[in-house]
Amino acid sequence: MAEAVDYRYVGTSPVRPDGVDKVTGRAQFGADQNLPNMLHGSVLRSPHAHARIKSVDVSKALAMDGVHAAVSGADFPSVQSGEVGGEGGGDVADIAKNVMARDKALYHGHAVAAVAATSVEIAERALDAIEVEYEPLPPVLDVVEAMAPDATLLDDNCFTKNLPEKPDKPSNIASVMVLARGDLDAGFEQADVVVEGEYRIPMAHQGYIEPHACTATVNEEGKATVWCCTQGHFEFRAMTSKILNWKIGDLKFIASEIGGGFGGKTVVYLEPVAVLLSKHAGRPVKMVMSREEVFRATGPTSGSVCRVKIGAQNDGKITAAKAWLAYEAGAFAGAPVMPGAMSIFAPYEIENFLVEGHDVLVNKPKVAAYRAPGAPQAMHAFEVALDDIARQIGMDPLDLRMVNAADEGTQAPYGPKFPAIGFKACIEAAKKHPNYTKPVPEGAGRGVAAGFWFNIGMQSSAEVRINEDGTVIVMEGNPDIGGSRASMGLMAAETLGVPYEQVKTYIGDTESTGFCNVTGGSRTTFATGLAVVQACEDIIAQCKSRAAATWGMDDDQVEWQDGQAVPAPGVNADVSPLSLADIAASAPKTGGPILGRASLNAQGAGASFSVNFGDLKVDPETGAVEVLSFTGIQDAGKAIHPAFVEGQMQGGAAQGLGWALNEEYIYDADGVMENAGFLDYRVPVASDLPMIDTQIVEVPNPSHPYGVRGVGETPIVAPLAVASNAVRDATGVRINDLPLSPPRILAALSND
Amino acid sequence: MAKVVFPDHLLAHTGGEREIEVAVANYRDLLTILEKRWPGVREPLNKAAVAIDGQIYQDAFLEPIGADSEVFFMSRIEGG
Repeated sequence: MAEAVDYRYVGTSPVRPDGVDKVTGRAQFGADQNLPNMLHGSVLRSPHAHARIKSVDVSKALAMDGVHAAVSGADFPSVQSGEVGGEGGGDVADIAKNVMARDKALYHGHAVAAVAATSVEIAERALDAIEVEYEPLPPVLDVVEAMAPDATLLDDNCFTKNLPEKPDKPSNIASVMVLARGDLDAGFEQADVVVEGEYRIPMAHQGYIEPHACTATVNEEGKATVWCCTQGHFEFRAMTSKILNWKIGDLKFIASEIGGGFGGKTVVYLEPVAVLLSKHAGRPVKMVMSREEVFRATGPTSGSVCRVKIGAQNDGKITAAKAWLAYEAGAFAGAPVMPGAMSIFAPYEIENFLVEGHDVLVNKPKVAAYRAPGAPQAMHAFEVALDDIARQIGMDPLDLRMVNAADEGTQAPYGPKFPAIGFKACIEAAKKHPNYTKPVPEGAGRGVAAGFWFNIGMQSSAEVRINEDGTVIVMEGNPDIGGSRASMGLMAAETLGVPYEQVKTYIGDTESTGFCNVTGGSRTTFATGLAVVQACEDIIAQCKSRAAATWGMDDDQVEWQDGQAVPAPGVNADVSPLSLADIAASAPKTGGPILGRASLNAQGAGASFSVNFGDLKVDPETGAVEVLSFTGIQDAGKAIHPAFVEGQMQGGAAQGLGWALNEEYIYDADGVMENAGFLDYRVPVASDLPMIDTQIVEVPNPSHPYGVRGVGETPIVAPLAVASNAVRDATGVRINDLPLSPPRILAALSND
Repeated sequence: MAKVVFPDHLLAHTGGEREIEVAVANYRDLLTILEKRWPGVREPLNKAAVAIDGQIYQDAFLEPIGADSEVFFMSRIEGG
């Protein structure tokens, strides 16, 4: 384990630089962009969950006063199958058909046509004038039923991928995947106890507050500018380019401030439509989703069915583990079942295992990423079954996890050996934590679970500019969702050796800074931070060279210390140190403005592990669950801005607890979502939860100069099983399915 | 010889072979060798991530591969 290093700025928690604008209302979010002569776009959505579209006629809408454009699937070009690159949310041909249906409507709310008019009211009325002839088909809503050989098919051309040979018949199973090692039968034979169960979790929404919104304008030269709320404006540009068959160079994307995303804003819905409407109308077009549209027509995370079987010895050693996973992809292929399969056993060293995953089409919205996509569902099943193992052998649940914990050198279930990781450190911290050593409150139950996420690197760019007075501008291209401006500023200040207050960080548009993949995958502080550090190192090299020229020395006779150029040890020179401000002031004579840059494809994002526990109380009369306390412990590598890391851990815990206790997409038999609003889709509010306690464990990632590991996704993984295990502890009744809503708990208690 | 391991979902492209040993200097050369051995395998491999000696690369290119290296192809990871 690397030794802890004390830094001057890294590891402090200054006020976020965008905070004042956000609390005073000055910050510009997706719906805040307004342009002269702007039109308002609205989308006509399918009233059927599954239907053939026989015809769409927009002529009557187009003839209405105030309507300036109307489009349907026929107005969009045919798109070749392929990847967008980075995090694209699936095949670009599918994304195109999700943006605007062509021959089939595949879920209730699927976009079928769109109009642009001088007011929202006229646009809405124009939608009523669009004539669509549908041939309704039976909706396929249950993931297991969808897998049946005789199930109604969503796509006659969907042949299950990853089988040894292409199957003869199409299926709703888009792909299967298998991970296996060792001898499963022999492993179960060695077991003293075996636990198995089936665990169902319905679709859940990311719960971001800001609905999707954009404004597009196409000028006389056919070049578009798009303002939108997005987690990645470069990838939105790429998707729009492919969906419309436009050159990337003809599209400029500007990211607004973003009111949450959590993975849900990594894929386009409105942007290509707004560009096309603007092109047809010759005027700017703004499109803003209602909350209902967000629920019905954008990507939640997969509903799932997970079957798990674990064998263990009386000393806690897991001898075998088997899992069968079926994830809802929604209308198009691409459920996050592979990461679910890869993560389910990841915290543990297990010799014999088998995981089978299935990516299944159903007539629901195409799923999108949601924090640690795929991991919470699968790991909930395993961590709940593991809790039952602990009960059967009478072992503390943390001790059971420690017996089996992965460590440096453990062969991960998905292949490689782990480098230095912090799972054992998290378990040890949990075991000593005062919230764990204190007794469980009267009438409550305690739940324990582990979490994991891989984290990713990907492409990032950064430029660092030194102003004439030595103050610093950092320019990069990742929308700031979790406080990345401050984190970038802290790393720049630390590397350059200048006060944090002298550094400003800006998010550039697609034409003012270099390419950056999305703000997602817990990559920004790691990968874009790496680019910022390298750009600062570029600045330092230039400053050393300029100081050397000033002093008549060779470059290698100068060092950079505490924000100043100084002669290297052993160099005998009667000169005064030159600060960044000194060098900036003399820049006209030493080569002109000082500009550093870096671009990279970051590798080596270190995996992040967590241990969570909580005390929950169940009201036996109402079935309501009260969270009395919750503690998140997580390896952050190095917390650049500890308050933001804690915020990520607390936010992930709140989302995970909401998913565990109340959140679910409820569909009727026709495939219509019955709770498409925050009144009926109940996310936890502040009064529902106690203060989430956190403890940051720091096992530095050797692939980052400050040891950063991504922290944004792991926090949502463990809370689901913590809730299940605590309710089991409190009631003595095991409830396998989520959410643990009052009706489900009352039903379980009454059956006991 | 470096050990190269393929996950289940790529076995259709490797004639069912899960593990091979190869003497190779870097990732670019590994792909060239694999493409010669199994024509067409480059495309699915280019869509995969690869772990070389525990380090996961979403887009490997010239990363060195030593005689004792362990190379695991795996699905790319996305995130939220």
